[in-house]
Amino acid sequence: MKPKVFSVIGKPLPKIDALAKCVGDTRYADDIELPRMLYGKLLRSPYPHARIKAVHTDKAAKLDGVYAVLTGADLPEKFGIMPSSQDEEALAVEKARYAGDPVAAVAAASESVAEEALRLIEVDYEPLKPILSIEEALTSNEESDRIHAWNRRANIHKAVSLEFGDVAGCFEQAEEIFEDTFFFQGNTHLPMEQYCAIGQYGPQDKLTLWSSTQTPHYLHRALAKVLKLPMARIRVIAAPVGGGFGGKSDPFSHEICAAKLSMVTGRPVKITLTREESFYVHRGRHPVKMWIKTGVKKDGTLQAMHFRSFLDGGGYSSYGLASVYYTGALQTVTYKLPAYKFEGVRVFTNKPPCGPKRGHGTPQPRYAVEIQLDKIAEKLGMDPIELRLKQLVEPNSITVNGLRISTCGLKECIEKVAARAEWKKKFRRLPFGRGIGFAASGYISGAGLPIYWNEMPHSGVQLRLDRGGGITVFCGSADIGQGSDSILAYAVAEEFGVELADIRVVTADTDLTPVDLGSYSSRVTVMTGNAAIQACRKLKELLLPVASELLEVPVDDLEMAEGQVRSRSYPKRAISFAECVEKAEGKHGTLGATGSYWPPKNPRGFKGAGVGPTPAYSYSASIVELSCDPETAEVKIEKVWIAHDCGRAFNPLLVEGQSEGSVYMALGEALMEEQVFRKNGLHKFPSILDYKSPTTLESPEVETILIETNDPEGPFGAKEAGQGFLLPVIPAVANALYDAIGVRIDEIPITPDKILRALEGRLKPVSVPSFDFPPPIKWQPGEGIEVPQKS
Amino acid sequence: MLRLPDFNYIKPKSLKEAARLLADLGPEAMAVAGGTDVYPKMKRGQFTPRHLVSLRGLAEMKGIRAQAKEGMWIGAGETLTRVSQNSAVQRRFPALAHAAGSVSTPQLRNAGTIGGNVFVDTRCNYYDQTFFWREAAGFCMKKDGDICLVAPKSRSCLALFSSDTAPVLLSLSARALLVGPDGPRAVPFDEIYRDDGMHFVTKRPEELLKAILIPRASFGLGNVYLKLRRRGSFDFPILGVAAALSADREGTCLSAKLVLTAVASAPKVVDEASRLLVGKKISRELIEAAAEAAARVSHPVDNADLDYWYRKRMTGVYVKRALAGLAGIELEAERAGKKPNQV
Amino acid sequence: MRKSRKDSKAKSEQNGLKKRLLRLKVNGELKEVATETSKTLLEVLREDLGLTGTKHGCEVGECGTCTVLIDKQPVLSCLVLGVESEGTEIVTVEGLMKDGRPHPLQRAFADSGATQCGYCIPGIILTAKSLLDENPRPSRDEIREALSGNLCRCTGYVKILDAVEQVVRGEVA
Repeated sequence: MKPKVFSVIGKPLPKIDALAKCVGDTRYADDIELPRMLYGKLLRSPYPHARIKAVHTDKAAKLDGVYAVLTGADLPEKFGIMPSSQDEEALAVEKARYAGDPVAAVAAASESVAEEALRLIEVDYEPLKPILSIEEALTSNEESDRIHAWNRRANIHKAVSLEFGDVAGCFEQAEEIFEDTFFFQGNTHLPMEQYCAIGQYGPQDKLTLWSSTQTPHYLHRALAKVLKLPMARIRVIAAPVGGGFGGKSDPFSHEICAAKLSMVTGRPVKITLTREESFYVHRGRHPVKMWIKTGVKKDGTLQAMHFRSFLDGGGYSSYGLASVYYTGALQTVTYKLPAYKFEGVRVFTNKPPCGPKRGHGTPQPRYAVEIQLDKIAEKLGMDPIELRLKQLVEPNSITVNGLRISTCGLKECIEKVAARAEWKKKFRRLPFGRGIGFAASGYISGAGLPIYWNEMPHSGVQLRLDRGGGITVFCGSADIGQGSDSILAYAVAEEFGVELADIRVVTADTDLTPVDLGSYSSRVTVMTGNAAIQACRKLKELLLPVASELLEVPVDDLEMAEGQVRSRSYPKRAISFAECVEKAEGKHGTLGATGSYWPPKNPRGFKGAGVGPTPAYSYSASIVELSCDPETAEVKIEKVWIAHDCGRAFNPLLVEGQSEGSVYMALGEALMEEQVFRKNGLHKFPSILDYKSPTTLESPEVETILIETNDPEGPFGAKEAGQGFLLPVIPAVANALYDAIGVRIDEIPITPDKILRALEGRLKPVSVPSFDFPPPIKWQPGEGIEVPQKS
Repeated sequence: MLRLPDFNYIKPKSLKEAARLLADLGPEAMAVAGGTDVYPKMKRGQFTPRHLVSLRGLAEMKGIRAQAKEGMWIGAGETLTRVSQNSAVQRRFPALAHAAGSVSTPQLRNAGTIGGNVFVDTRCNYYDQTFFWREAAGFCMKKDGDICLVAPKSRSCLALFSSDTAPVLLSLSARALLVGPDGPRAVPFDEIYRDDGMHFVTKRPEELLKAILIPRASFGLGNVYLKLRRRGSFDFPILGVAAALSADREGTCLSAKLVLTAVASAPKVVDEASRLLVGKKISRELIEAAAEAAARVSHPVDNADLDYWYRKRMTGVYVKRALAGLAGIELEAERAGKKPNQV
Repeated sequence: MRKSRKDSKAKSEQNGLKKRLLRLKVNGELKEVATETSKTLLEVLREDLGLTGTKHGCEVGECGTCTVLIDKQPVLSCLVLGVESEGTEIVTVEGLMKDGRPHPLQRAFADSGATQCGYCIPGIILTAKSLLDENPRPSRDEIREALSGNLCRCTGYVKILDAVEQVVRGEVA
């Protein structure tokens, strides 16, 4: 079959909502003002760990301009993003579990009055010993040290152990064994837009909630649960999101409180969090300590890997069950690994909860693995790129832990990026103080399973055709700036051969749009794209026969292009799309169709098997060139090259944008960003000045090379293109630093003080706690897993 | 949204009137010019004035003039942008142009004044926090509390002097033209600071800075300012080195003044460096010795970005680089570490 | 258990009722608005004038999101009072449209992928406009320097610099 020529897909088109954002028209959540609106504020615990004995609200309630005051007792129902770890309360009931945990909420005539009211609320706290480190959390067995009462063992949230292949046997056959420890410090998303939600409880006992959220559907479910309202009476609208990166994927206290305050007062209530509060809401990158043991042959062939991760989860579960598995899931998808053992544990500590940030749980292990490979290559006297190239996973194969690899463009990514960066000429050959480093990675194109178990599709799209040829696309997906609204428009425009201007996209409104699970796990393009194509094709089944009859052309010979339905053989035999739609409506009645997408069935059958499978894996390879002043240890990133197998670039402009943004975020994490706490449990510096986010002056030029492997599962062949880019950049920085000055920093962020210590031989190696992991679940990929077929 | 608490906004017509207002209203009044230090601190409850006396638009604080006799006159109300972009400043005092141009961000420099920068409040990451945070941590002595949270045994506040322009002005032996209710007086910048994070300025509270005077004698000095910070923008200095030198044709040092910022609660003049350098031919060894002397008096504590050990270590490196740059001496970088072997 | 607090802040914060009539020239139009003296220009623009195109990310001058032009200079609207803005020419992102047509910078930022979440973009476009008004042919490094006070978390700034350069080269109508 000759390759299809696309009219929209692959073109560097503007996003459909970009101009509105540039002229100031776009209404983000905090831009919404409703008549009679009140303003809410949350009172937060000053203690990282404290029992709440009483909350006295009388004085606050009596303050002029205060309309309602809520405490934990008003919203006792627990919630949480994962059904099996419902451990959050909108307002802490018995205990505050981190400094910043919300304890009470107020609605008032203005933000200033609301704030004054907060100061009149008296809370009787009984401070408890805060648990602030992974080590303390693993060993704090005293009843009073348990952050969550349901914990059976210390403050261990989840401990897992999985074994794939003959690990002991393969280690025995290894000729060299490498053991290393690493620490990846936590960091946060820091979207420029602060969190905001507006609740409006209407006259028909219906609730509308606008929020800056990535997951309106999950928020919808949480609101129903906590507010004890039927889902049918709740409408959630995700406002355009001013940056998410994973940080707006949980249901949050301020959302539930805005809704509840509106129910109590009968007036709309807006809660906008301050920048400081955004650091407390967090859900960012877990601090992870890692131990990794890898066995290799003398020629560099990997024999076996044993990987341990220790995640500092903060005060609540959030996505933590998935996070811990993700630190172990994707080590196998890049290089052939005959045997693999993973042990991971996530603990609770009295700090803001960690959750999903771009790359969710995989940047930390990828950092460890790719640095260790660099060390292995050096020890064996090999070029680190050669070491990897000799053992890349094959397309259409199954990994040792049962993950289905369909397309894999990693080889091409590596070769292209190495050529563009002139790797061979530069590696170990640049002058002292200048270095180049390499790393590669793979990532999922959407989680294979939904957050809550159900049989329903992960994504739904509904199309409505209007007289005149207008098309409205309805979908539950939330555009967080990545361009998911535009992706829907591109897919539909491509299918129908119409102009983008004739398409209207309505998204993320639970009253209007079919469910899409949300903007997380790089799932949106693959899943909504497929659902949109399916809906288009259903409509084509109604439209094309009508055109066929009118034009006296067989359906097989018809194409939809340039606003027409026309004969391929005789292009002059054509009617306009609008006319075709009107004729079809005359024949079939009102025209609409839905499309749905389910990912391929998860073939693995063990506890924890839900994390890792995906419709298709994206692949990335990156080279970083940097210079380091050996006296001040200041690092300057000179340039980043990155090649990424995205299956197909729906819009290369948007894919490059995701690449450049991911590289930026990776460099921030690698060199300066950290979410750290004082001994008293307070966030060290919850401000945008002290949380170091790179400016234009620290941000290098980025060269992105797109590799298209046309995945059979992807819409028009597309795979993930939002998070995977971030993964290789961080270890590539560390490897480049080693190439520049000969020291390894096995700790993120790589700050000048650490480098200087390392140069003086005074940087302590990362210590990893000892811990008895549960006996492993042993599993072999056996019957029932089909090797993906080439398209 | 973080908001300002309520206050009286008073707009006097002259500096003298402003000074009188401040004297009359007492500690509940504060002067505000660009607002870039005052407003964030009011929003976080660090400053709690009931009255703001605005110096905006006072013509007597404006202007930058190089005068044949008196030297350079820089109005305290000039924005940091205007100071950094002024051609006379750039030509005579590149250190000052650079220091002013390195404060925070372009936007902030368009509002923030040089007068505000020389008296910018001392900083500490236990103090530069919201009201909520400071209350949760237990207030520190600089605002609302009794102890220093950085060093609980310290009897004085250890907040860090964080002006970029002040060390340069000290290195150039500049004077401050102050206006009080009773009239003006000129005070050397050398006498205007005190190593106490709470009371880091010696002038009376009602005295206002009208202008900065850089003496004619400093016109020939080589001058430089080097600043350590994490990012090329936004960040306050976590170390700053200002140096002003003169030498004769043979390279013998005639005068030398070295001033550090962000290593204590006041700018630190490294007298030892002047003693070492003046009268001698500047050499690599002398520079090393001056750098060591500077490092000895640099005592950063754990209240700003990056490890204080690192900041102390960098004092020597930055001083060395500042002096070598001025003296035109090439330094060999100390090289710990080495290139890994080729494969 | 809550620690006692010296209440200087509480005392000074009495519902902010001190209002005054402001006369502001915004985007070429004279606006009169009665509002609290303590309001920053950011609050006056967003809350009293409905000009929500100006965004906010920290309100203490640490991010650049709320940048507007005052007398052609980019300044942080979170750090200037409404009352201090009287007698100046204020331009917000809404004021860059001419006769319903976007400014070339707005067009370029939209068309070249420089806008992702878009939240920091109004401030960046205004800062870039001020740069180009003073220096119509800046180098890429000069653009970097001029935009170094505007944080963006989405783009890595690459396409933002590209978009400004497109306008510099006159590639955008």
